[in-house]
Amino acid sequence: MNGYPVWAIIAALGAATYLVRYAFLGLVGDRPLPPWVMRHLRYTGVAVLPGLVAPLVLWPDATGGAPDAARLVAAAVALGVGMWRRDVIQAALAGALALWAVGAVV
Amino acid sequence: MTHPAPFRKGVADGLPFLIVMLPFGALFGVLGTEAGLALPQVMAFSALVIAGASQFTAIQLMEQGAPTLIVIASALAVNLRMAMYSAALVPHLGTAPGWQRAIGAYLLVDQTYALSQAAFEARPAWSTGDRMAYFAGTALPVFPGWVGGTLAGAVLGARVPATWPLDFVLPLAFLALIGPMLRRPPHMVAAFVSVVAALGLVWVPWNLGLILAAMLAMAAGAEVERRMA
Repeated sequence: MNGYPVWAIIAALGAATYLVRYAFLGLVGDRPLPPWVMRHLRYTGVAVLPGLVAPLVLWPDATGGAPDAARLVAAAVALGVGMWRRDVIQAALAGALALWAVGAVV
Repeated sequence: MTHPAPFRKGVADGLPFLIVMLPFGALFGVLGTEAGLALPQVMAFSALVIAGASQFTAIQLMEQGAPTLIVIASALAVNLRMAMYSAALVPHLGTAPGWQRAIGAYLLVDQTYALSQAAFEARPAWSTGDRMAYFAGTALPVFPGWVGGTLAGAVLGARVPATWPLDFVLPLAFLALIGPMLRRPPHMVAAFVSVVAALGLVWVPWNLGLILAAMLAMAAGAEVERRMA
């Protein structure tokens, strides 16, 4: 970290991230949004998170980018249990258990 | 507290997330300390930025020696999804008082958003006050869990065995959120487009490929919904 203005980076990233979070909730407020915008916004979560994790699952940094059996199985288990049980915590625990179990066997 | 029942429900729904937030925060504490950040810096990151994926991005780019502005811009791009969460909550929380929306924006993270969106859709009869109370309730365990996990990781970091695949806590924390969201065909189509587009656009600099992929995926979900109606 030598040479980086770490505190300035933290302050800038913190302030800019806050503005990003505040953008619509704070500024749009109670003005009604058109139906076609609402229709898009309903898919925010499923549009962002799968794309965020996909490269991390397929090409993990920890293995130098090579696909890894334990991580692939753990990802499939977490996703499958989440869809089946409709429960985030059960999905996370099942995924962690699968990661540990496959890692112990392979 | 004028909306005790929704607030309590929010706390109850947020509490189990400690199982995810504590290891997730600990991972950042460990990696931040290993990368050479001082303890106050590690803690300030988690308390002010409150966005795991972007904090990891910033640390990684600093270790690679990227220019300061690139560090900030790339880490910020990971957080642009929060603008979409912010917009998605407008129909539910937009009529709340300004100071509540200002504090709510600070606590808007993947977990509080996912819990709230699901709860608001399941309970259309809730008033804006009920919804804000629920949102605040979810943040009560989630936020201290994240910051406390960071502290534990930064302090105990060196004692975590190197063979533990701790890195996978990050994808797992997000994967666990996705499954319960895949309720109907439009959600599944949006998720599929998100994955394909994000993988195809990884070459786009500054992590902006993810934002493009998310826009394509939202359009796909909305279009499927329109055709099913």
